Amino acid sequence: MESLTALIVGILVAASVYLMLARNFVRFLFGLILLSNAANLVIFASGRMTPGAPALVPYGADAPLGVVGNALPQALVLTAIVIGFGLLAFTLALAFEAYRRLQTMDTDKMRLAEPEESDEDITK
Amino acid sequence: MTSWLLVMPIAVPFATAVIAYLIRHSVAGRYVSLAGSVLSLVASIALLMAVLDQGVVAAQMSNWDAPFGITLVADYLGVVMVVITAITGLATAIYALGEIPERLEKLGYHALFQTLIAGVTGAFLTGDLFNLYVWFEVMLISSFGLLVLGGTREQLDAGIKYVALNLVSTLVFLSGIGLLYGVTGTLNMADLAGAVAEVEDQGLITVIAMMFMVGFGVKAGVFPLFFWLPASYHTPSFAVSAVFAGLLTKVGVYALMRMFTLVFVGDVGFTHEILIWVSAATMLVGVLGAAAQSDFRKILSFHIISQIGYMTLGLALYTPLALMGGVFYLVHHIIVKANLFLVAGVARLQAGHTDLYRIGGLYKSSPFLAALFIVPAFSLAGFPPLSGFWAKYLIVKAAIELDAWVIAFVALFVGLLTIFSMTKIWGMAFWKPHPDGIDPTPDRAPARIRVPMMIPIVGLAAMTVVIGFFPEPFVQFAEIAAMQLLDPSDYVTTVLGAQR
Repeated sequence: MESLTALIVGILVAASVYLMLARNFVRFLFGLILLSNAANLVIFASGRMTPGAPALVPYGADAPLGVVGNALPQALVLTAIVIGFGLLAFTLALAFEAYRRLQTMDTDKMRLAEPEESDEDITK
Repeated sequence: MTSWLLVMPIAVPFATAVIAYLIRHSVAGRYVSLAGSVLSLVASIALLMAVLDQGVVAAQMSNWDAPFGITLVADYLGVVMVVITAITGLATAIYALGEIPERLEKLGYHALFQTLIAGVTGAFLTGDLFNLYVWFEVMLISSFGLLVLGGTREQLDAGIKYVALNLVSTLVFLSGIGLLYGVTGTLNMADLAGAVAEVEDQGLITVIAMMFMVGFGVKAGVFPLFFWLPASYHTPSFAVSAVFAGLLTKVGVYALMRMFTLVFVGDVGFTHEILIWVSAATMLVGVLGAAAQSDFRKILSFHIISQIGYMTLGLALYTPLALMGGVFYLVHHIIVKANLFLVAGVARLQAGHTDLYRIGGLYKSSPFLAALFIVPAFSLAGFPPLSGFWAKYLIVKAAIELDAWVIAFVALFVGLLTIFSMTKIWGMAFWKPHPDGIDPTPDRAPARIRVPMMIPIVGLAAMTVVIGFFPEPFVQFAEIAAMQLLDPSDYVTTVLGAQR
């Protein structure tokens, strides 16, 4: 199971790197989403995958009975997913607003904040 | 009692943010923000007193014992960063009274600003790796908001690059956390210090260490991962860029210092050696990049990168003297760099632009501002007796003691080029006459805008001078901080044995 997860993570990262190398910012965003999911899977797998029951403590007991799954990575992944979702939502809104105002999604053409030097500037 | 001391510097800005957001349509919002910043400073000084008294202060949140619960911990390095964050926060909160227009206040400027301060403070105080990630995200999302607040085309353009590169670095950092948990089974930083040494396959630890180095390196803005910084720092309002310049990259440096003294010390010859050459390249590339710029804030942005190199060099050399220099540099740099951005704001206000070709004459019309620029500018370049001289002196001396002549030479040479950039700003913005023939006197701006903008500049410049003339207590403080970093046993025992 772990090796299968590792393979999936590898494929996700490869696909995301491919997408993130594109000039189009929307593709970059998709790459980011894949990378975010790859990171979440890494955390999930790092807690070891056991065919155990959910980590619930039965009523009246002090500890869970039998083999239970590791609950910590699940809590971590949940946090990471929520945070990642918020950040991606913001980025998507930013990308949309940038497209509306800059009329391009080509990152090579986004040079407003760092305009290319013209010869005139150097000689001044 | 101690747990309250640790929580307050984080809780105060958060509470302020909530109140400031609820009343963002009223002018009272800005005074709430100011009051919150004053309270934060009081809270962090109370924490400083406790740390000076006890060495390391730690507390467990929600009654979960370490290493299972979330730990908040303050040692000398952590607490000085919290205090300096509060000072920078207060300075920019005062500055914002003059600079930030009502339009941005109604969009929630003060709430975002206070959340940013809370995030930065949290990152300095946490003793848990995953919690550090959460603070990074709090800091990131509020900095995203502040960066594009107002929504000019330049800001959106800068925002895209800033957001994209920072998110990638966060994901690298997050994957590193996952892998480190996978091999050690713990996320408590003090617990990790012991657990990492017990891992059989140390090569795996080194790989994870490199992931952390890349993740934090992007935040810190080291070569070759700094490109988001000069692309974005010159676009938001001056108060925002001053906080960014002062604090955000330093969180990356702090995280590097913490992880590479506490956890990743198994293969110093490999990891820290890489960091040495990264630092040298950072210093050089930053300062050369600055030399090619002709915009007030762009020059300063490239100098942030160059100065980050000195701080990481202090960590990379990994001797008591070098780390001491690194800590001292960190504190000195936050004050100086935030102040320079604030000066740039006043220069823009009076002369009308930040492009150095389009302004001038500031020395003649406002010599007071010129004097206030000279102090942080020459401190940055390392002129005695200002604070930057001592910071550079410690780092260069540490490099020479290790016979690292090339590094020492690079550090000194970069100092020289820094003077070149600072004199360039001086010559073009202050000395030469204004190209449009305007006399950029202070009266060109109404006093209710200008006075709040000048107060923090005077205050921060005074601090630079005080540290410069009386470096003794600050150097001693940095020395103890360096000792705690090199021998984290006090940190570890305090955290793992902390009473809740």
